[in-house]
Amino acid sequence: MKMRENIRLYVKYASACTQSVMQYKLSFLLMVTGRFIMTFGELIALKFLFSGFTQIKEYTYGDVLLCFSVIQMSFTFAELFGNGFKTFSSMVRRGEFDRMLLRPRSLILQVIGSRFEVGRTGPLLAAVITLVLGIRYSRITWNLMTVWTMAAMIIGGTLLFIGLFMLEASFCFFSVEDTSLINVLTYGAKAHGKYPIDVYGKGILRFCTYVIPYTLIQYYPLQFLLGKTRHWQLAFCPLGIIGFLLLCYFLWQFGVRHYKSCGS
Amino acid sequence: MIEFNDVCKSYRVTRRNSGFGNAVKSLFKREYDTIHAINHISFSIKEGEMVGYIGPNGAGKSSTIKILSGILTPDSGTCLVNGRVPWKDRKEYVRQIGVVFGQRSQLWWDIPVMDSFELLQAIYSIPVAKYRNKLDELTQLLHLEELLKTPTRQLSLGQRMRCEIAASLLHEPKVLFLDEPTIGLDAVSKLAVRGFIKRMNEEHKTTVILTTHDMQDMEAIASRIILIGKGQKLMDGTLEDLRLEAGTEEAGGGSLEMDIDHMIAGLYAKLNIM
Repeated sequence: MKMRENIRLYVKYASACTQSVMQYKLSFLLMVTGRFIMTFGELIALKFLFSGFTQIKEYTYGDVLLCFSVIQMSFTFAELFGNGFKTFSSMVRRGEFDRMLLRPRSLILQVIGSRFEVGRTGPLLAAVITLVLGIRYSRITWNLMTVWTMAAMIIGGTLLFIGLFMLEASFCFFSVEDTSLINVLTYGAKAHGKYPIDVYGKGILRFCTYVIPYTLIQYYPLQFLLGKTRHWQLAFCPLGIIGFLLLCYFLWQFGVRHYKSCGS
Repeated sequence: MIEFNDVCKSYRVTRRNSGFGNAVKSLFKREYDTIHAINHISFSIKEGEMVGYIGPNGAGKSSTIKILSGILTPDSGTCLVNGRVPWKDRKEYVRQIGVVFGQRSQLWWDIPVMDSFELLQAIYSIPVAKYRNKLDELTQLLHLEELLKTPTRQLSLGQRMRCEIAASLLHEPKVLFLDEPTIGLDAVSKLAVRGFIKRMNEEHKTTVILTTHDMQDMEAIASRIILIGKGQKLMDGTLEDLRLEAGTEEAGGGSLEMDIDHMIAGLYAKLNIM
């Protein structure tokens, strides 16, 4: 019941945001196409790279394309839904967050709802195209298990990125304006996550397992998906993201408490 | 209705001398100042009262409103509004209050006012029939018919303020906090806003606390005035009490006809709170 009401409210928020953006027609069109081209450009870059090589480590073009598209998809979904966290510092500065505290709804719902960004459908389209290509080029035998793995990777990835955006937002409560360091983790991960993490070597692989758990949605399940391992358990790695998300949530809650005791 | 008891709130602010050199120095070593925004303030307000909360800039007015509305947690002291502690159980508490910040909008900038109202209906889960009734009433009293289809960004300040007030009353709050509701408004809008607030109070017994620098607001609306300065409560009484207090140090008669702004300025100077 409560869940349904929250979803209804989220849809209302999203439609209000979309209407707002559409007030400025030209800017809206430019935004969607611009972002589409930007994302699509990355795919073309990958294509060029592979015109020189046939494989990177033991990954073929199809393998990398699949990995790339999963990360691309996750990231655009995360930006579509979690954009509120990304622009959170401006919400605090403009007093919007104070207003949210005055409304009888979950703060997180209000934050993400009030910044739903329909312009992200541009990159989403590019990501879908990449995914279709990735699936065609890879030689995965599709069954229940591989479909699950793929879906879990995308959903887990989305949640991972949203968690990182949330982490970035939580820093705003402690009057940290510059979030470049976190951007290293979000955009950096997006840029590097295109390739299976182990191509960067053991050190990075470890960092991405124990510090920021990228490998849970990329490297490990990918090994299973591409048939490089017999360990079916790896397909369930993305579930570990739930733990990461909980951690981010506690940090956020801690931030809210701090904010209420210090003011802006 | 409102019990505000021995509340304290202080902030820590960084301080540095001007100039680039000092800016660099402050990167390594910070000096902090503690500001006592609210220093042992107490008052209680009965249901249906209209109270003006005044004081010079930086006296602690906004901090008080923020504590009362639950945005800020005080360092010490207790506070009960309609039997609830503002900073606990946020979602339940805020259903019974309405807050208007004169300097900040709560309406969505690019969509018609009507759509903002509908979002608020969803946020507060107001039943449709109840919402319609309330909206009709507010539309009539605040003359909103023409405005409802306009995006907020195209409204004049006066029109927007009328919509803001309507927005904060849709869920029929028992207590209304107004932080400088008439700031920057022209004469007609000011009169409209004042008239409406008075009427709301009479018809629905809404308890109203408003902060303002506009002394005519005080004269028109508030039956009781609380004066604060430097975080402390200095006076609590009617406008007449305030006038007497200000008049006592004025040599000779004629103080009763004194312009109300001069009177307040004199009072601030006398109490040394500027």
